Amino acid sequence: MKLYDLTLTELRARLDNREVSSVDVTRAFLDRIAATDDKINAFITVCEAEALAAAKAADRRIAANEAGALTGIPIAVKDIFNTSGILTTCGSKILNNYIAPYDATVIARLKQQDAVILGKLNMDEFAMGSSNECTAFEPVHNPWNTDRVPGGSSGGSAASVAASQAIATLGTDTGGSVRQPAAHCGVVGLKPTYGRVSRYGVIAYASSLDQVGPLARNIGDCALLLQTVAGFDPADSTSVDIPVPDYSATLSEDITGLRIGLPKEYFIEGLDDDVRRAVDQAIATYRNLGAELVEVSLPHTDYAVAGYYLIATAEASSNLARYDGVRFGLRSAESDSLIDMYTRSRAEGFGIEVKRRIMLGTYALSSGYYDAYYLKAQKVRTLVRQDFTRVFEDVDVLLTPVAPTPAFPLGEKVDDPLQMYLSDIFTIPVNLAGTCAISLPCGFSDGGLPIGLQLIGKPFDEATILKTGYAFEQATEWHKKKAAL
Amino acid sequence: MKISRAEVEHVSRLARLTLTDRELDAMQDEMDKFLGYVEQLNQLDTEGIVPTAHVVPMENAFRKDEVQPGFTREQALANAPEPDPAGFRVPRVIE
Repeated sequence: MKLYDLTLTELRARLDNREVSSVDVTRAFLDRIAATDDKINAFITVCEAEALAAAKAADRRIAANEAGALTGIPIAVKDIFNTSGILTTCGSKILNNYIAPYDATVIARLKQQDAVILGKLNMDEFAMGSSNECTAFEPVHNPWNTDRVPGGSSGGSAASVAASQAIATLGTDTGGSVRQPAAHCGVVGLKPTYGRVSRYGVIAYASSLDQVGPLARNIGDCALLLQTVAGFDPADSTSVDIPVPDYSATLSEDITGLRIGLPKEYFIEGLDDDVRRAVDQAIATYRNLGAELVEVSLPHTDYAVAGYYLIATAEASSNLARYDGVRFGLRSAESDSLIDMYTRSRAEGFGIEVKRRIMLGTYALSSGYYDAYYLKAQKVRTLVRQDFTRVFEDVDVLLTPVAPTPAFPLGEKVDDPLQMYLSDIFTIPVNLAGTCAISLPCGFSDGGLPIGLQLIGKPFDEATILKTGYAFEQATEWHKKKAAL
Repeated sequence: MKISRAEVEHVSRLARLTLTDRELDAMQDEMDKFLGYVEQLNQLDTEGIVPTAHVVPMENAFRKDEVQPGFTREQALANAPEPDPAGFRVPRVIE
């Protein structure tokens, strides 16, 4: 077996037993990236020198028997994380020359363990998109079928795991941006509870919804990466100061008697037949594993997409005001006054989807419309949250599809924003409610495209969705399938 | 149309975005469709519902007022579009 095909757990054992060095492993991954990324385009920046230096440091630490869970493990990260001394573009032309002067907290935590950061991954510009086509750095291609999208906005994060270019990756999830690409690329992706992982140094899209999440080939690897990045950070006042449990310790707990809710609003007309079949099979698997499956209702589901796009665009319009050409990023060469410099720099630097969302958000917050749009959406958010609070009094976990269809063809929805927004219909409510959810592989379409299963948990109960996913993984082989490249 | 061309232009000024005539036309059309879509929220009676700004119940986050290491001037200015060791250079503001 090739080094780049190992799981994190397998690689950990080989590193700790001195069967292989981190430098060898890192070289294997760098070679793999060089050999495959012309087809996938997952990387915006490959950090070869930095990665090899980190690998050497990791090997010294392993030799001293001081290795942590991620010491020497090749990881890649979405280009939304500030990484000191390294180009950090957020998928945008407006940041195409921005060298981050500091590390995001999650990056610092990886470095504390001497994890090897291979590079920065492609994404929809400012995390706005569901297909990774809205990038200033050419679209990412799905490793299972390169004519298809990988999903978005963390498309590079999902595709690189599926293409064995990294053991695991970090993405961000504002409305499904970890889970939907994970589903489309046949990998595991977890969106933690809002407040579980620090957002310090993560370039902001919609601050009340953004959350950092791990992607990996299996649940166990995903748990290890979450363990490393989770926890309170004084630099992020919205991170929550509660203990982080040992996720690996409870993975193999029995799920007999676990109550799994099936929200009827997620099993709708228009759900793709292959998706429905795969999710129905997953339900049968859980029944065989001794879980209790019960139908439940989240009555405000239909309103979540509309509420989300008002809140997210409003927050984005405010967050993106900082890109003005003054302190960093692109400055228009054409300007003759300060205001002119702002407006031209933004016009030249932002792509069309970012402009669209800034315009929508600015409108929703503008004088005379605030109550009708933004405030209304925040009230609807309360109703969506209450749906989850109520249903979690009765069940432990919710089971749903991740996306209504498998990965769609490149170009299909890029000119139809509303259709693109609707591809997040099953992931968005979780962000509005602020709770946690995981996407894991549960089958393939007739055309050979991966299908994802979503397990939604109670706030700060990542441990339960991880163990519920782990039980499924032990009973199935889906997570072992690999894209042929 | 739920949004006029004049309103779209007004919003683009508020957002500090220069848009071409063609972009303004496309934006008006797309914003109109979006506003039509979100109209469904009016089917919900939200009288008396407390809005959710944030899911984490938060008090003010206080910390001690202590000097922490920060950027040097050089680091802070390293990404400036027009290099100038004194600060961030911008076009003339006062004639």
